[in-house]
Amino acid sequence: MAESTKDMKAYWHRNLQIQFWLLLIWFIMGYVLSIFLVVPLNSIKMGGFPLGFWFAQQGAIYVFVVEIFVYCKLMRNLDREFNVDEG
Amino acid sequence: MSAILGWTYFWVGLTFAVYIYIAWRSRVSDTKGFYVAGMGVPPIANGMATGADWMSAASFISMAGLISFLGYPGTYYLLGWTGGYVLLALLLAPYLRKFGKYTVPDFVGDRYYSQSARMVAAACTVFISFTYVCGQMRGVGIVFSRFLEVDINTGVIIGMCIVFIYAGLGGMKGITWTQVAQYCTLILAYLIPAWAISYKITGVPIPQIGFGSTITVGAYAGKHLLDTLNVIAHDFGFIEYTKAFASTNVNMLNVFCIMFALMVGTAGLPHVIIRFFTVPKVRDARLSAGWALFFIALLYTTAPAVAAFARYNMIETLNDKPYANVPAWYLNWQKPGLTAWVDKNGDGKIQYRPGAAFAGRPKWKMKDGKHELGKYGEPLLANKITDNKNELYIDRDIMVLASPEIGGLPAWVVGLVAAGGLAAALSTAAGLLLAVGSAVSHDLYYRVINKTATEKQRLLVARIMIGVAIACAGWFGIYPPAFVAQVVAFAFGLAAASLFPIILLGIFSTRVTREAAICGMLAGILFTAIYIINAKFLGGANWFLGITPEGIGTVGMVLNFIVTGVVTQFTKAPPKEIQELVEMVRIPKGAGAAIDH
Repeated sequence: MAESTKDMKAYWHRNLQIQFWLLLIWFIMGYVLSIFLVVPLNSIKMGGFPLGFWFAQQGAIYVFVVEIFVYCKLMRNLDREFNVDEG
Repeated sequence: MSAILGWTYFWVGLTFAVYIYIAWRSRVSDTKGFYVAGMGVPPIANGMATGADWMSAASFISMAGLISFLGYPGTYYLLGWTGGYVLLALLLAPYLRKFGKYTVPDFVGDRYYSQSARMVAAACTVFISFTYVCGQMRGVGIVFSRFLEVDINTGVIIGMCIVFIYAGLGGMKGITWTQVAQYCTLILAYLIPAWAISYKITGVPIPQIGFGSTITVGAYAGKHLLDTLNVIAHDFGFIEYTKAFASTNVNMLNVFCIMFALMVGTAGLPHVIIRFFTVPKVRDARLSAGWALFFIALLYTTAPAVAAFARYNMIETLNDKPYANVPAWYLNWQKPGLTAWVDKNGDGKIQYRPGAAFAGRPKWKMKDGKHELGKYGEPLLANKITDNKNELYIDRDIMVLASPEIGGLPAWVVGLVAAGGLAAALSTAAGLLLAVGSAVSHDLYYRVINKTATEKQRLLVARIMIGVAIACAGWFGIYPPAFVAQVVAFAFGLAAASLFPIILLGIFSTRVTREAAICGMLAGILFTAIYIINAKFLGGANWFLGITPEGIGTVGMVLNFIVTGVVTQFTKAPPKEIQELVEMVRIPKGAGAAIDH
C-alpha cells in the first residue's frame, strides 16, 4: 500500500469527525426536536403546522435525506484529498 | 365484472408480466450474479431497489392508517424506519461494500476469524428474515382476496410462484431489476391518490404541503386542516391530533428506546444490508443509501399527509351522519368486515367517539347464510358491545386501500392501488428470501459443510434453498401461526441486539476479538429474546425500567456492546492479518475488483 500509515490515521480521524457532526445533527433532528422538545415547539406555528409536529412528521426526514448526500460529498472530497479515491 | 375489478386484473396482470419478463432478461449463471448481482448495479437503481426491498405491505397498506388513528405518536414509526438509513450510510454500507463479499455472515465470519461467529450470524440472519417474510406472504394473500376476489390461499400460492420465478432464475440480479419496477409501481400507486385527495381537500396538489394548508370547502372552509382535526378531536373527546405526550405518565426512556431500536434494527436487517453489496464502488454504496432514503422518503413524507386527509374525510363523511346515507366505499368495505356500525343509542346515526365500539373484529349475526339486519338495514353484530359511546368500527388498513374510493377517484386508480400493494409485499418477500437462501447456501453449505463445492453445485444449492424458503414462507402464509403479529418486534430487536453492534465494532475497532464478538452476540440475542418472550407470551412484566418489548432491542444492543468490550479486554488480540483487513475496509481505494472466494 502506497499511502503511509500516518496518512491513513489522519484520513480515518477526519472521517470520524465528519461522522460525529452528521450524527449529532441526526440526533438533534430525530430525537431532540421531534421528541424531547416537541411540546414547547408545538406552541410555535409554521403555517398550518405546529413546529414540533412538523419536525417529527416531515422536517427530520428531509434532513436525514440531505445529510446522506452531504456525507457523500464530504467523503468524496476527503477521499480525493488523501488520494484514496476509486477514480 | 365491475370496472374496478377489471382494472385491478389489468394492472396486476401487466405488472406481473413485466416482472417475469425482467426475470427472464436477468437470469444468471454464476454465484456472483446470484448473490450480489455481479456488483454492477448503478446507485440510483440500487436506491429504488432498496426502497422497494424495505417498504413492505406494512409500510404501503398499514402505516398511514396507523398514523391516522395515532396522530403524533405515529412519528415513532416514521422516524424509526427512516433514521436507520443515516446509520446505514455513515457507519456500515461503504465499509461492507469495500469488504466485497456476498453476505452479512460472510463479514462476521471473516472479521472475527471464526466459523462459530459465522454460524451465529447466519442463524440470526435466517431467523430475522424468516420472521419478517411470513407476514409478507400473508399480505400478498390478503390483497389478492380483497381486490381480485380469489381465495387467500390461492393468492399466496400465486405470489409464491411469481417470487420463485424471478428470485430462483435471476437471484439478486433478477430481484434487483424487478424491485426497480416494483418501486415504480408502488410509488405511483401511493402518490396518485395522495395528490388527488390533497387537491380535493386543500386545493394544493402536493400532500406534504397540503396537510398544513387550509380546507377549501365544507363547514371548516378556510381553516387549517390540522387545526380542524384538533378541534374535531376535542369536540368528540379524542386526543388532539398533533398533541404530543397527551397523558402525563409517558415513559420518555421507553419512547427513546423504541425509536432507537427501530433505527438500529433497520440498519442491522440483513436483507437491507446485502443490497449495498451490489454496487460497483464504495462511493456508490454511500450514494445509493442516499437515493434509497430519498425514494423511501417520497412515501414516508406522504404517509402522514394521507393519514391526516383520511382522518378528516372519514369523520366528515361518516360522523353524526345517518347510516341510510353512508357512501358506497363504506358498504364495499363492510362486505369483508372491515367497517361496521352498531346503533347504540337507536338514533340511526353513526357516532364516532373514542374507544372500541365492540370487542374484537366484527363477527356478523347470520341466519340461513344471510345477514340479520337491524332497523336501519345495517348487518347486526354478534360481538360483545362495549358501554362507551362509540358506534363505529373502521379497520386501520383500509385507510390507504380505500382512499381512492373515498376521494372519488376513477376505477383505474383503485385497481392501481391493488397492484401497488402487491408490489410492496412481493418485493420485500423476495429480498428476504434471498437473504435466507444466501445465508444457508453460501455461509452454511459452502463455507462450513462443503468447502470444495463447485460453482455449479453452489448455484444449484442456492436455488434449492430459495425454493425451500419460499415453500416454508408460503406454508406459514396459508396457515399463519397465531404469533406472527407478535414476533415482528423480534426481527427489529434481534437485528439491533445482535448483528448491528458486531458489524459496527468489526469496522470501528481493530482490537475486538472473536471470543468477545460471540459472547456479545449471544448476550444480546438471549437477553432480547427472553425479555420479549417473557413479556409477549408468558404475560410477564416489562421489568427493565418499564421498557416495552418493542424497545428492548436498544437495551440488548447496549448489553452486547458492554459484553463485547469487557471480553475483548481479557482475550488475545486478533491476528495481524485481521487488523490489516479492518484497515483495508476503511479506505475506499481498491474496491473495484471484487474479492472472489
